[in-house]
Amino acid sequence: MTYQLLQDKDRIFTNLYGHHPVTLEGAKQRGCWNGTKEILEQGRDWIIGEMKKSGLRGRGGAGFPTGLKWSFMPKEVGNRPHYLVVNADESEPGTCKDREMMRHDPHHLIEGCLIASFAMQAHACYIYIRGEYQYELSVMERAINEAYDAKLIGKDNVHGWDFDLYIHHGAGAYICGEETALLESLEGKKGQPRLKPPFPANAGLYGCPTTVNNVESIAVAPTILRRGADWFSQFGREGNAGTKVFSISGHVNAPCNVEEAMSIPLRTLIEQYAGGVRGGWDNLKAVIPGGSSVPLLPKEICDDVLMDFDALKEHRSGLGTAAVIVMDKSTDIVKAIARISYFYKHESCGQCTPCREGTGWMWRVLERMARGEAETSEIDDLLEVAGQVEGHTICALGDAAAWPVQGLIRHFRHEIEERIENYRSGKPVFVAAPVAAE
Amino acid sequence: MTDNMRTIIIDGEEVTVPNDYNLLQASEAAGREIPRFCYHERLSVAGNCRMCLVELVGAPKPVASCAFLVRDMRGGPNGEPPEMRTLSPLVKKAREGVMEFLLINHPLDCPICDQGGECDLQDQSMAYGRSGSRYAENKRAVEDKNMGPLIKTIMTRCIQCTRCVRFATEIAGVPELGAIGRGEDMEITTYLEQSMTSELSGNVIDLCPVGALTSKPYAFNARPWELNKTETIDVMDALGSNIRVDARMGGVLRIMPRIHDDVNEEWISDKTRFVWDGLNRQRLDRPYARQNGKLAPVGWDDALSVAAEKLSGDASKIGVIGGDLNDVEGLYAAKELFESLGVTSLDCRQDGSKAGGGAREGYLFNSTIKGIDEADAILIVGSNPRLEAPVLNARIRQRWLTGQCEVGVIGEAVDLTYDFDHVGTGPADLAGLAKKRSGFIKALKAAEKPMIILGSGALAREDGAQVLRAAGELADKIGAVKDGWNGFNVLHTAASRVGALDLGFLPGEGGRDTAGILAGATSGEVETVVLLGADEIDMDALGEAFVIYVGHHGDKGAQRADLILPSAAYTEKNGLYVNTEGRVQMGQRAVFPKGEAKEDWAIFRALSARLNKTLGYDDLNALRAKLIGEIESFGQIDHAPGSVSAATFKPAELGEAGDVSDAPFAATIEDFYLTNPVARASKTMAECSALVADARAELQAAE
Repeated sequence: MTYQLLQDKDRIFTNLYGHHPVTLEGAKQRGCWNGTKEILEQGRDWIIGEMKKSGLRGRGGAGFPTGLKWSFMPKEVGNRPHYLVVNADESEPGTCKDREMMRHDPHHLIEGCLIASFAMQAHACYIYIRGEYQYELSVMERAINEAYDAKLIGKDNVHGWDFDLYIHHGAGAYICGEETALLESLEGKKGQPRLKPPFPANAGLYGCPTTVNNVESIAVAPTILRRGADWFSQFGREGNAGTKVFSISGHVNAPCNVEEAMSIPLRTLIEQYAGGVRGGWDNLKAVIPGGSSVPLLPKEICDDVLMDFDALKEHRSGLGTAAVIVMDKSTDIVKAIARISYFYKHESCGQCTPCREGTGWMWRVLERMARGEAETSEIDDLLEVAGQVEGHTICALGDAAAWPVQGLIRHFRHEIEERIENYRSGKPVFVAAPVAAE
Repeated sequence: MTDNMRTIIIDGEEVTVPNDYNLLQASEAAGREIPRFCYHERLSVAGNCRMCLVELVGAPKPVASCAFLVRDMRGGPNGEPPEMRTLSPLVKKAREGVMEFLLINHPLDCPICDQGGECDLQDQSMAYGRSGSRYAENKRAVEDKNMGPLIKTIMTRCIQCTRCVRFATEIAGVPELGAIGRGEDMEITTYLEQSMTSELSGNVIDLCPVGALTSKPYAFNARPWELNKTETIDVMDALGSNIRVDARMGGVLRIMPRIHDDVNEEWISDKTRFVWDGLNRQRLDRPYARQNGKLAPVGWDDALSVAAEKLSGDASKIGVIGGDLNDVEGLYAAKELFESLGVTSLDCRQDGSKAGGGAREGYLFNSTIKGIDEADAILIVGSNPRLEAPVLNARIRQRWLTGQCEVGVIGEAVDLTYDFDHVGTGPADLAGLAKKRSGFIKALKAAEKPMIILGSGALAREDGAQVLRAAGELADKIGAVKDGWNGFNVLHTAASRVGALDLGFLPGEGGRDTAGILAGATSGEVETVVLLGADEIDMDALGEAFVIYVGHHGDKGAQRADLILPSAAYTEKNGLYVNTEGRVQMGQRAVFPKGEAKEDWAIFRALSARLNKTLGYDDLNALRAKLIGEIESFGQIDHAPGSVSAATFKPAELGEAGDVSDAPFAATIEDFYLTNPVARASKTMAECSALVADARAELQAAE
């Protein structure tokens, strides 16, 4: 069966590549802010119901159903205001989808903020934007000003829901992309994840009911509501509905961001949009399918795996942020994972023990293994240490640090063993396959 | 079963626990021990050490039991009670894992670590750790931080539990500790490399579960198992903090807090904790008599003869001043002896306070220290509780933090670690407050349980009696004294004061008070002055009088004395102390008195025989029996009367009517670290005092 590619008419982000004007006028021509008032008039129950029906799962990595998350907010506003916080602290290595959306299609996000805030009875929304995203910050600020000037948002706007939108610029810590650390940072404190429960819907920003959503989850909401939940849910397999922006990087001929339907075969995605693997599909070694934190997949699995939450979970990996990192046969896979491990060691907040101590331990062992200076028995020790970190921490950074290591040992244990063997017998530890001509 | 109780299953055993318990407390209620490092009952929950992980049936991951409430547990699908496991293989593995992580970067320096023997990490690694290390990399080293003369830091040992940070921020109210860096580079520091500006800083030593923060003066002195531990009462302030004195070979080596929720919870001030080196310095270990202008050692026999000779003359020319650190028994024996001699000039208030004499409620902290937890408005008059009773001040701060209590101050506006309404500076503001219509008076009147705290700055002055009346009238006006609540409070600074007032150690008919005795000595009308450890008076005012000093430290009083009768310090005798609440507590002897020194009561018993006025007891028990027979309250150990007699207490009749002066209330404690003879003999306290003075000078220079 050949896969039917997504057609342009079904794409939400029609300016993902910035070929059209970013201005409000340009956005309006592409359908933004069309009938927003009518959507709000349908009422918040309808909006949340429709979001649930659409089957949209959170695009930040965990894949929690967005409509359900919205419905967790208290039904009535008590003495504490409600807040919407948009997580634009996109820092997962390999991921750059939110960047493109904010850069070229900011009004999708702004409209989404208004609708989501209305649905959750929030009058204020904060967008926490990654520190390194200077340009995107200025684009967003300009777009927000446009929206204010056009009375689309703000006090007494045309939509009849008083709504203020603020942008907060992060300071560059990966951990601040964790939702509760993001809230701490937004409050002006050191970015360290909070204990859950209480969940943000109960006690979030300044102790008030808060929903934290990824940029993409919010930005797709207006289009879903305009075109209907059924339209959105027709894409992808059951439980993995919708379209999704994939970021493809690494050893491909044309790295890109592309919006495609969920459940697209990985091979199709790479070959159709990213110009294929450098040196051909057979030159593929492994793929990290969902941003640096998910376990990698070797070529055998990549041959026919579908890109959605459940299919990747079956193979003990995950869709994560759908950032596909392609590695061809020239890759020193142990070193690559050691580098990822260093990243998590560097970004660990240091609050809780397993992550603080475990990330450094794993990185050091991996560095030695990349050089072959290890014992074979240490591979099992390393796997056990990763298991001691995974699931024992306050936030998911511990898991994110452990998974790549587990994936490596699961699929490339023989390579590590080989290196140790080579090192002992005085042979070159790693001989890279020749790099394919680009 | 009430609504706030819930039945849960712990390791297959059904228990019913309150809903607001966390799983750790629930497990303890079920008799399960849960190891922990970061969790502490009196601090906020951090949940960062991960040692207390337990298995929650149905949950995908183990959860931190300190941070998960029973209320949040989910039962089975068919209404089965929720279930947790603390002994399962998963839990065992999780604990081993966390323990291994904690140890990989922890130095193996237990043999030279002062925490050894009482180290949580050491103990728990024995119970929950693996037998060997798999960590082949280099261990992390962290630079030590300078945290002043009290706290020694060996930061490589730190396990980043943040207990100290939370204590400083939450309890002490000085956000001066924090964690810088992240990941494995995270370090606990004061950042400015200086000591904490808190009078409670020493408590972080107890809180630290490892040897990262240890006591600097105690460093390398002893191992915990070598120490004799004696549970007793502190005398550095009038709070009567419960302490444990650890001693070895006759010397006190450290002082630690004991838990008493109604008094000091589990905190003590730095003065209480670190004053012990003063107990081994400047001691009066034998009697001295002034001969040819110089003090020369004499035997007890000669000393008592001299004393008897000086005291057998005209009783109206004798004055007796009680000190701040005395036990009740010594004061009682002294009072009995001097009264039998006809001496009427006795006073226990060397600071000149006007408290005492009337109803007992008139000089007690009637709301009780625990009552602070319920107060909804507190007016502090002429007091700096941060220096006069740091632990009590922390309690006010805890109450203030809840947002349910407003605090007002009449007196100096100093940093009390909480915000307050500065209502005024002097007695006129106090007297005029009741007539005001706006401001803090509204909070006081609206309060269900208002408190007025009168400090010694308000009472130890010429118009103290009038201030007392004004405060009493205000208490009456705002309804602070009613059935079930007595909001009129006196905060004393001397440990011996309430006990002495209970005894009636006050001027008798026609007798002189402290000021009168000193004036008399200056003019020559008083020829003999007996100082019972009283060092806080103006020694120059004693003029030509013959001074008999009964005390334990060679301080101001001993320097002026013509005859010294050495007595026992508070760690060296069994004795009763009454704290500012009127709570009678019993101190125990930890070490023996120095040299030939004797307990106070025994000195007066011996002296009484020389004067042919032999007191009717030969041992402490007989003395106590007589004392309790006369004054019942001394028999009620650990009982604070609180509001028991509030219904009959008339605060508006306290003190004396009259005009108050305009002079603002002044601080009575200039230097927190040097308030008594023991503290002034302590090297540690001197260092602390110098640091504070330097900091103040620097601040002034900067301004």
